Amino acid sequence: MTAREPVFKDETITSRLRALYGRYGYSQFRMRKFEEYDLYVRNKSFLISDHVITFTEPSGKLMALKPDVTLSIVKNSKETPGYVQKVYYKESVYRVDKDSDTFKEITQVGLECVGDIDDYSIFEVLLLAVESLREIGEEFVLDISHLGIVSAVLDEAGVAAAYRAPILRCIGEKNSHGVAALCREAGVDETKIAAIVKLVTTYGERQRVLAVLEEMSLGESGRAALAQLRCVLTALEKEAPAGSIRVDFSVIHDMNYYNGIVFRGFLYGIPSGILSGGQYDYLMQKMGKNGGAIGFAVYPDLLERLASPQQKYDVDTVLLYDEALPLADVRAAARALAADGKSVTVQKSLPGKLRYRQLCRLNESGVEILEEHA
Amino acid sequence: MLNIALPKGRLGERVYAMFEKAGFACPSIRENNRKLIFENEECGVRYFWVKPSDVAIYVERGAADIGVAGKDILLEYEPDVYELLDLHTGVCRMAVAAKNDFHDDPRRRLRVATKFARIAEQHYASLGREIDIIHLNGSIEIAPILGLSDVIVDIVETGTTLRENNLEVVDTIVDISARLIANKANFKFKNEPIERLVASLFQQTEEQNT
Repeated sequence: MTAREPVFKDETITSRLRALYGRYGYSQFRMRKFEEYDLYVRNKSFLISDHVITFTEPSGKLMALKPDVTLSIVKNSKETPGYVQKVYYKESVYRVDKDSDTFKEITQVGLECVGDIDDYSIFEVLLLAVESLREIGEEFVLDISHLGIVSAVLDEAGVAAAYRAPILRCIGEKNSHGVAALCREAGVDETKIAAIVKLVTTYGERQRVLAVLEEMSLGESGRAALAQLRCVLTALEKEAPAGSIRVDFSVIHDMNYYNGIVFRGFLYGIPSGILSGGQYDYLMQKMGKNGGAIGFAVYPDLLERLASPQQKYDVDTVLLYDEALPLADVRAAARALAADGKSVTVQKSLPGKLRYRQLCRLNESGVEILEEHA
Repeated sequence: MLNIALPKGRLGERVYAMFEKAGFACPSIRENNRKLIFENEECGVRYFWVKPSDVAIYVERGAADIGVAGKDILLEYEPDVYELLDLHTGVCRMAVAAKNDFHDDPRRRLRVATKFARIAEQHYASLGREIDIIHLNGSIEIAPILGLSDVIVDIVETGTTLRENNLEVVDTIVDISARLIANKANFKFKNEPIERLVASLFQQTEEQNT
């Protein structure tokens, strides 16, 4: 049995993603490195990490290095009825790394649709999520959930507010035994518990999952959410590789901010989600904006977590030269060896531990090959 | 190839027997040697023996697709993994214990010795009690005896160690058992064998409970 090797197309991901978003008419949104700290204090639970690097400006204003991009975009969005503002960005954000408990600079490339969004806007953002994953790797999965459905199932079960957060955490972990235990503690009826457990354990391709949901009691809002999910997924599947779109209700974002379709993208070979997004109308409302919003971010830094394939050589050719030789001769010899795109390092003596394909020396009579490796 | 991280020790051996029964056998694992990695290409499985507290890290980082970790470790480190199944083995509880004659004085900040700082913090935060955490790595039971702490937060299995040191459980925080965990990304790409394993382990735990 041979192991599948993950395939990533090249290292120019961010520029290709920006070009992709540009082709769909998204314009680049540039922002300052700093924001007023107040913006993050008011929306602390929206942030992935609630630690923020702050400093005081000469004017006395407390500023922060951006821990998030979405809040800045929403803050600066302008409302025009019937219009959707479509922007993309490539920015650095500063967050605390869970493992090392230190701040890290993280590159984030993403897009946001803000304004009068409808099913088409949602479909287009999901399509661009698929296209983004396709730009990075060959084998990927986009997990899609609808918080309106999750919320409806919990409403139908009569889950008390105090139990919602821990139950949602368990749903996010696919922890069906934890969901059942919490629901029992909350006094939820066994048949309703079975419905929530079914939501946790049912995932995969649209037709199978939606057929299960059809049988469930969802209420009016849940039915509307299900209809929207069906409509968007049916269109999306025509554009995505077979089996790459899955319905999975373990994709959970904070329901104080997110309300509709939420999603997370995974690439074969990367141990965590590389793309994350969703519809966040509640954030818009909290920030005093009308309309809705949906967007996603891609984290290209995660590709660095992969063990890079071992290269056999550091350089194709090492060219040794004598300082007495004319510079032009050394340059001409190096240029000749670099033909066909080969790499050449010009050195006076052989550096230790350097792995090379070919070792040459330039002397008065020309280039002499000293060693050659296959 | 399904990569499985198992906790070294008795729990790992018990759990391996369940995996073997589920059709994921790797006979070389039963050989008495110091190897840490065992593979059975025929069944498409590779096992690693790792320190119990490290299983979640191997799984979260994707070096292992699935693994078995105690609920104590999951609560303490909150790894970003799926918790697919309660294996109903390695059963114990996370408890607060103190000297037999301990009397809590709510006017004072409570000194708590523990390996599980996050669990202790969260427990006392839920009670609105201010505490002073004393982080220890072993022999936690000594702390109250020597006056280093008022109470300890630790795993209690039979309670024998506590009794022999004149300590007693004063509160249970949470019940603990071994959980099957999975890496979130690898769960998508190796779904078929993982689902097959989960179904069999679930059936085994159900049979065991009846």
